[in-house]
Amino acid sequence: MQGQNQNQNQTKKNPHKHSQPLELIIHGVFLVLGLVTVGCVLLISVYLLVAGIPAIGKIGLVDFLFGTKWAPTESVPAYGILPFILTSVYGTAGAILLGVPIGFFTAVYLAKLAPTKVKTAVETAVSLLAGIPSVVYGLVGMIVLVPGIRKLFNLPDGASLFAAIIVLAIMILPSIIKVSLTALEAVPKEYEDASLALGATPIETYFKVSVPAARSGIATAVVLGVGRAIGEAMAVIMVSGNAANMPSLFQSVRFLTTAVSSEMSYTADGSLHQQALFSIALVLFLFIMLLNATLNFFLKRERK
Amino acid sequence: MSRKRTLYIGAMRLLMGISVALTCALVLFLIVYVLSKGLPNITWNLISTKPSYLTGNIGILPDILNTLYLVLTTLIIVLPLGVGAAIYLTEYASNKRLVSVIEYAAETLSGIPSIIYGLVGMLIFCQFLGLKTSILAGSLTLVIMNLPTMMRTTQESLKTVPQSYREGAFGLGAGKWRVIRTVVLPGCVDGVITGCILAVGRIVGESAALLFTAGFAHALNGLIDGIRSPGASLTVALYVYAKENGEFEVAFAIAAILMILTVLINLAATLVGKYFKRRRSL
Repeated sequence: MQGQNQNQNQTKKNPHKHSQPLELIIHGVFLVLGLVTVGCVLLISVYLLVAGIPAIGKIGLVDFLFGTKWAPTESVPAYGILPFILTSVYGTAGAILLGVPIGFFTAVYLAKLAPTKVKTAVETAVSLLAGIPSVVYGLVGMIVLVPGIRKLFNLPDGASLFAAIIVLAIMILPSIIKVSLTALEAVPKEYEDASLALGATPIETYFKVSVPAARSGIATAVVLGVGRAIGEAMAVIMVSGNAANMPSLFQSVRFLTTAVSSEMSYTADGSLHQQALFSIALVLFLFIMLLNATLNFFLKRERK
Repeated sequence: MSRKRTLYIGAMRLLMGISVALTCALVLFLIVYVLSKGLPNITWNLISTKPSYLTGNIGILPDILNTLYLVLTTLIIVLPLGVGAAIYLTEYASNKRLVSVIEYAAETLSGIPSIIYGLVGMLIFCQFLGLKTSILAGSLTLVIMNLPTMMRTTQESLKTVPQSYREGAFGLGAGKWRVIRTVVLPGCVDGVITGCILAVGRIVGESAALLFTAGFAHALNGLIDGIRSPGASLTVALYVYAKENGEFEVAFAIAAILMILTVLINLAATLVGKYFKRRRSL
């Protein structure tokens, strides 16, 4: 239906449009290609809902979301995912707390103070950081960070929420730096000139004029960072120890993402256990959709 | 200047200095550490053989080939889809609502975590379409993941094709399809190439989406058989060797290879960007 309307609009508006069948067919082909993305989003949403809802129905929404015990293989199985939800929330919050200040100050320096050569060098380094595969982060975390934490804090095992927070903080750095940098560079020069003319020093100008002017861009950077941190699976699974505990900084924990990836290959097809894993993915998906909505809100405000 | 202001300026300078130093130190440490631990372990035997339980040999040739197959199949499928979608959006679409729906969908796709792609890919491609765990199922999953990037880079470069070119061609009596084929498409080559490089980078580094779609197998296959059978990519092999088998030397060797690939891909992206920028300004 929509496609047909589309075609009619096109014929009216576009004087170059030939009514030859070939052109119409090609137009149709491109329309279908354009709609592939929409189809993918619908397909993913529908599949996750269909796969995720049955288990929630059987376990009960409250027991599932707020149950504190995850023990699907015991004789009396328990399917509470509160530990995973809280771990994901705490882990992401920790990564933001560590990563955002570092990324923010780096971005301000690069945007306003750095000489061109330094800026190019650091930017290259940052894009490299963005390109390193997450398993490499996980491996280095496993070999360097986890034993380091064990020795430093005198723990029986260093694989913990703390290790995951540090790895995540490093992994979100590039997106935070890049997006804040773009926002800071877009601040009109006149704002800064006015502030300088009134007697503020350059540094005061950058932090008290440029940064507030770029705040929705910086907020976008933070939301993107949250999205990346909450969705990361492989690096986290390698450093967080992966026991279904309620989160505590120096204990082995399991995230929403790692809960799915660590048990998926062991479950039988169609079992309640496997369905519950799909439900966990659904919860994660809803978190991400909520974030996307927030992101769009900031982007729209920026455009205004 | 008041003392408070001097202090504020000093504190901000210090914080910026620490942050930049930390970021750079991190990148340097990661590169140096991974390369120094990995490079000595890359032997000819490692990269030219397949693993065998009988002899206890560990080789990553199958994983290298699988990664290559994944890159090839994914690019072949995602190229027409992404470029076509971008052409529809910039050349055909006149309905603003439809455009914003498509763009919103692309944004949503780029925000979805790879583990969710992995799960849905498993449900749709492996189970529903009956492809089982295979490189093809993994590639199709990666196609959905890379579609937004491909679309966006092509779209950006389509926007730089001057409107007057199109009008000139229309004025000479060319039909829409002819204009797209002869005027618009050649003008967006740079965006397509950039998109491909970015996609290659993402495919090489991806692991969570491949665990359940492409699997863990290390069998040595040709291209046609390889696509239909399960196979671990380099990243998945790294994960398995490090986490399940405790073979850290092999894991670091793979990590070093991945690191070098990342550097090369970044370099290629920068060079291509510079080349086309120079050519455009001529």
